Amino acid sequence: MTRIGIVAELGRETRVAATPVTVKQLLGLGYEVVVEKGAGEAASFRDEAYAEAGALIVGADEAWGSDLVLRINPPSGEEIDRLAKGATLIGSLNPGLRPDLVEALAARPITALALDAVPRISRAQSMDVLSSMANIAGYRAVIEAAHEFGRFFTGQVTAAGKVPPAKVLVAGAGVAGLAAIGAASSLGAIVRATDPRPEVADQVKSIGGTYLKVEVEEAMESSDGYAKATSEAYNRRAAEIYTEQAADVDIIITTALIPGRPAPKLLTADDVAAMKSGSVIVDMAAGQGGNVEGSVAGERIVTDNGVVILGYTDLPARLPAQASQLYGTNMVNLLKLLTPDKDGALRIDFDDVVQRSVTVVREGEKTWPPPPVQVSAAPTVKTDAGTAAENTAPKKKQGLSPAGKAGLFAAGIAALFGINTVAPAPLPQHFTVLMLSVVVGFYVIGKVHHALHTPLMSVTNAISGIIVVGALLQVTSENIIMQVLAAVAVLLASINIFGGFAVTRRMLAMFSAGKARS
Amino acid sequence: MTDTASGPLTADSIAGAAYIVAALLFILSLAGLSKHEKARAGVIYGITGMVIALAATIWLTLQDAWGTGHALTGLGLLVAAVAVGGAIGLWRARVVEMTGMPELIALLHSFVGLAAVLVGWNGHLEAPALSADLMAIHHAEVFIGVFIGAVTFTGSIVAFLKLSARMKSSPLMLPGKNGINIGALAAFIALTVWYVNDSQLWLLIVVTILALGLGWHLVASIGGGDMPVVVSMLNSYSGWAAAAAGFLLNNDLLIITGALVGSSGAYLSYIMCKAMNRSFISVIAGGFGIAAPASKGDTDHGEHREITAEATAEMLINASSVVITPGYGMAVAQAQYPVAELAHQLREKGVNVRFGIHPVAGRLPGHMNVLLAEAKVPYDIVLEMDEINDDLGDTSVVLVIGANDTVNPAAAEDPGSPIAGMPVLKVWEAENVVVFKRSMAAGYAGVQNPLFYRDNSQMLFGDAKTRVEEILRAF
Repeated sequence: MTRIGIVAELGRETRVAATPVTVKQLLGLGYEVVVEKGAGEAASFRDEAYAEAGALIVGADEAWGSDLVLRINPPSGEEIDRLAKGATLIGSLNPGLRPDLVEALAARPITALALDAVPRISRAQSMDVLSSMANIAGYRAVIEAAHEFGRFFTGQVTAAGKVPPAKVLVAGAGVAGLAAIGAASSLGAIVRATDPRPEVADQVKSIGGTYLKVEVEEAMESSDGYAKATSEAYNRRAAEIYTEQAADVDIIITTALIPGRPAPKLLTADDVAAMKSGSVIVDMAAGQGGNVEGSVAGERIVTDNGVVILGYTDLPARLPAQASQLYGTNMVNLLKLLTPDKDGALRIDFDDVVQRSVTVVREGEKTWPPPPVQVSAAPTVKTDAGTAAENTAPKKKQGLSPAGKAGLFAAGIAALFGINTVAPAPLPQHFTVLMLSVVVGFYVIGKVHHALHTPLMSVTNAISGIIVVGALLQVTSENIIMQVLAAVAVLLASINIFGGFAVTRRMLAMFSAGKARS
Repeated sequence: MTDTASGPLTADSIAGAAYIVAALLFILSLAGLSKHEKARAGVIYGITGMVIALAATIWLTLQDAWGTGHALTGLGLLVAAVAVGGAIGLWRARVVEMTGMPELIALLHSFVGLAAVLVGWNGHLEAPALSADLMAIHHAEVFIGVFIGAVTFTGSIVAFLKLSARMKSSPLMLPGKNGINIGALAAFIALTVWYVNDSQLWLLIVVTILALGLGWHLVASIGGGDMPVVVSMLNSYSGWAAAAAGFLLNNDLLIITGALVGSSGAYLSYIMCKAMNRSFISVIAGGFGIAAPASKGDTDHGEHREITAEATAEMLINASSVVITPGYGMAVAQAQYPVAELAHQLREKGVNVRFGIHPVAGRLPGHMNVLLAEAKVPYDIVLEMDEINDDLGDTSVVLVIGANDTVNPAAAEDPGSPIAGMPVLKVWEAENVVVFKRSMAAGYAGVQNPLFYRDNSQMLFGDAKTRVEEILRAF
């Protein structure tokens, strides 16, 4: 049986790669779990709790000697050497920015999986550790800002006077940004947000923020789910917005990151200087160069005009218990994928894009970088279900191209025009009536409640029995055959009219609003 | 209505005014159905409109023909026909089972179709005195009216037979079936031109037979699961048939009503197709699921787990929220009453119970809503797919009763699946899923459902009605 080792982290890291809850889930996948003594201490998970969950508490060497080692931070050179031959290491390895680490890992006969390299596809969301950590970081950024800020977030009217609500600007509405917007607005602040992707406006609104649109026409949809770098005109307008906002708001939280590039500078020193004394900036991108001029990674800076700039890079680690739980769950979800039979045997399938993407080193062989995965988050890729059907009549099967649709529409209009130019007297009037009725019909039916579609059908059924009018006009004909035919038509249409209306009434009588029954 | 009479307050002008009032009432009738509260008033509008239209027409006909011998026979025939037809209609409406609604509606469509054919034939026999131009148009109208009517007639009959399981519901696969359809249309156009030039009775007979055949073939080659689209499409056809009769008889009321019904059916078909993420043409041309062989089912999905009715009962009592997603299987098993009772009892115990209805669940648009309404489930806990999908993640237990393709995660997750991209109820996001099913067979689309093999799903095999009753006993 494969043994999983949960090892302690280095330095000031407070998180741990598994909690007692996730240990139970790992056991459920058929693994045996050992935990290094004191590994969860900083995250308030005591060794007893792990033992109770079914893990064995062991020393550091034994934990590192496991077949499968779970970790949060990348290992140091020494730690890589502690891994057993043929072992597998899973952690946030940041392989894109740490080629040295990838080389060091590949130098050993081990397998290394980077949990932070999970592709951004819906199926892999449950393992997306970057999202879950960003969520925590966004929340914590607001808490840190609130801690530094000398006022309430929420507005109040008290006996001692009126308190205005704090104004918060969140730059970047990704996972972290949205979490920050949500946290700040639930504290009662007025929250504004910027983001180069206009489609996030609804998301911002949905959690209580106001989206500040940069009025430059440019589509920013990217194919891999992350924001791209922006154009010059756009940047100029965005910079103006930041300058305006800096003078107005009390708190700024910046989250803008571009993968594989230094973070974009959003706020200049002048913008910061224009802020009110006592304002707070949290630069969540400080670790990647910072969005704010003057921010220092990992430090709290106070400017000459009394603005506090926080450049903390360990925001998730400041909520260790929460962060460990989410990280541990992401880890379990990855292992579920890698352990299809729940028999405690790890299997890596390179045909699966998720498994391929996370694998940095396989049995001492470097497999980084993986082939790119195109994310279908962009609404461009639409599979036509018609392709699933057989292709004997291509003309009828496929959806029409926009040009084809336009052509068909034009042909229809032309035909209508043509017919009506040559048609004698009563026909054009009839067409007018027909056309208007069709349009009225579409608008009326478009509003019909979904649940009433069946009654709608039976009532239209009854109404289409109006064909009886045609038969009635013929029933008094001199021709006996016509009379009989018309009578039969009347009979059939009558069934429709009476049956249709009666059955609709019966159905509608059944629909009743809540609590009618007791 | 003809334009021969003139002057104020003639039978014609009164009938014309009555028709306008009736047309307005019909529009109000359909508009009334947009809300539950106004729906009953809507039916009243419809009935009133119909009464006004019929009274005016009868009066008009009798006025025109009063005093002649055939007027009396006509009146006699008329009264007899209305009495018999009305009696049959009311009787069927009273006894029909709510699960049998799709069949009844399909059958009613066929009557409209047949009536349209008869009216068209009479149009040929009548041969009014008209100028050459108008005569040609008259002939074209007769022909088109008969054609649409006949297609509606046989199409509806086949739909009825399939829905009532008197005919097997799998699609008929004639070689070159698209060729047959297109060929029939081409032949129809050619015959129309011929008939306009030379209006022979035998041409009318030929086109009637042609259209009857086309209608039969068209619907026979569409599978049972696509019936919601087919029924609403036939609804649309029956409307166009009435509109064509209106052109023929110079009657605006028929045109207005026909167009209303026609666009209503077309719109419903469109909604259904959108709900299945398929083009209308591909449904009508049949063939869905044919190129989707069950070979996909060969992939190993793992083991499914079974659960007993007692265990399900316990799970439900301990749940904080329950969502029930019914499908055609619930209609087949007639399980709507026990399901409603289940929902009722759980609500009494303080469990938040809701229903999630997929737009194409069942064999008729809104089919599930009608069944649940019959069983007295309050409509405010019956939600549409879009309303409930986001809540499914926070739901303790989802009961899938006789639904399959509409809850298939492959549609959302497997781009290679034949139903990829079809919007589905995301039941797999719930904490627990209990699937009521007769066996492990694939759904209508012939696609294996990975939901059954998920860690959080359990299967409760057997007849849905019996099983739900067992759960009720276990409470």
